[in-house]
Amino acid sequence: MNEPQPAKPEITEPSVPEADEAVAAQTESAASQEVDREIARRTRRSLLVGGIASLIGAGAWEWLRTRRDDDEVQWPFRLALRANDQLSRDYLSETRLARTFSLADVEPPRRNGMYGLDGNPDPNWKLTVDGASDDSTELSMAEIKALPKVEMITEFKCIEGWSRILHWGGVRFRDFAEKYGPDDLDPNSYVYIETPDKQYYVGLDAASAIHPQTLLAYELNGKPLAVENGAPLRLAIPLKYGIKNIKRIGRIEFTDHRPADYWAEQGYDWYAGF
Amino acid sequence: MKRLEAKHPRAIRWFHWINFPLLAIMIWSGLLIYWANPVYRIGVGNFTLFHFFPESFFTALNLNQRLADGMAWHFLFMWLFAINGLAYVIYTAVSGEWRYLVPNRNTLREAIQVTLYDLHLSKTHPPRRKFNGAQQIAYTSIILMGVGSLITGLAIWKSVQFAWLTSLLGGYRAARMEHFVLTVGYVLFFLVHIAQVIRAGWNNMRSMITGYEVVPTDEVTS
Repeated sequence: MNEPQPAKPEITEPSVPEADEAVAAQTESAASQEVDREIARRTRRSLLVGGIASLIGAGAWEWLRTRRDDDEVQWPFRLALRANDQLSRDYLSETRLARTFSLADVEPPRRNGMYGLDGNPDPNWKLTVDGASDDSTELSMAEIKALPKVEMITEFKCIEGWSRILHWGGVRFRDFAEKYGPDDLDPNSYVYIETPDKQYYVGLDAASAIHPQTLLAYELNGKPLAVENGAPLRLAIPLKYGIKNIKRIGRIEFTDHRPADYWAEQGYDWYAGF
Repeated sequence: MKRLEAKHPRAIRWFHWINFPLLAIMIWSGLLIYWANPVYRIGVGNFTLFHFFPESFFTALNLNQRLADGMAWHFLFMWLFAINGLAYVIYTAVSGEWRYLVPNRNTLREAIQVTLYDLHLSKTHPPRRKFNGAQQIAYTSIILMGVGSLITGLAIWKSVQFAWLTSLLGGYRAARMEHFVLTVGYVLFFLVHIAQVIRAGWNNMRSMITGYEVVPTDEVTS
């Protein structure tokens, strides 16, 4: 920090003759006052500009805070979230892979998020598929398991901020979509997935759904899915926050319109992708 | 005799004062996010010296149950924080102001001397120029910390797209912790900064507002 300046400037100059001394002192005193006036003027001006800038900032804050909600978040923020998503989709690669881990890294799952999981799963469970053809299709577990089995060890990241390295077993959503989805699935279309009781639902961009690491999983850490982990079939999508990894899937719909999403309706980002 | 001396360029004053509310919003919205998984502490084994943060802290500052809110603010204001910071770095580089700020081989010795003087452990007066060694280290560090926050933030936000970066930082969890530690660093910097500004007095603080400092004319300043 700078040394505090002396309050009174030095004004004595011993070599000056006495008669001139008074004049010199007067001149210096006048110059000194001029400096004081100048800095006072500059201070006033800067504080005025700063004050106006602060008011503009406070106004912007108040304006942002009071905008009407678009799904539980003020619309300028919703706009920003969507702009971020568009940037990600346009300028980042949708084919990059999430980091994979070894078996030794696997951790126990954390129990979290029981929406749509009331009661036990229906023993006669079938997966309903819509939007692929004019009619709805119903698939049994055997038909899903007939697709090539894939295992992956990835980091499951909850939007709350914690993560778990989990070992998934299931089928690629891409393989499922090729066989049971629409012909030539447009990556710019969407996928909607909901629980049998429709209490929990997620919307996905099709590009993320057909990513090679997006699985319809029926095993977790080497065992069949437990009820609390989403039995009989759930989504494992390491490209997205945990909220998109829907448990106990009842129905999958291929659609051209951006589908509803449980947490996006509560103020969260719809895309929610890494 | 005294005169006015130009000290801080207008652009730097704007970047500085704009950064203040932006960083405040980033820290506040970061706390709204951190609330959802407030796991960090200082301690060894089962012994916890300090937990970030006690429940009363979140409650007192109304930070509970606002994760979605926090993410919305964080992911909008991150752009403004980054743009303002980048503009500052570019301006400093192009204008030559970096010469007053970037440490050189004498900086560390001088910084130690300044610190001892400030703690009243030494009578050797710090050099009279725009930024002494301690300031050079502090102000350069805070810029590097800003860069660190952007990098660790990016590694958390787009941990698949920038998986290489996340891995480089030690993984997703490590990146989140580093992002948090940097924020604690800002708060500590802020406390010392305010204390030093108060110590240095109004003439010094005023120079960050007006750009000018009142200096005695017989004193040589560089």
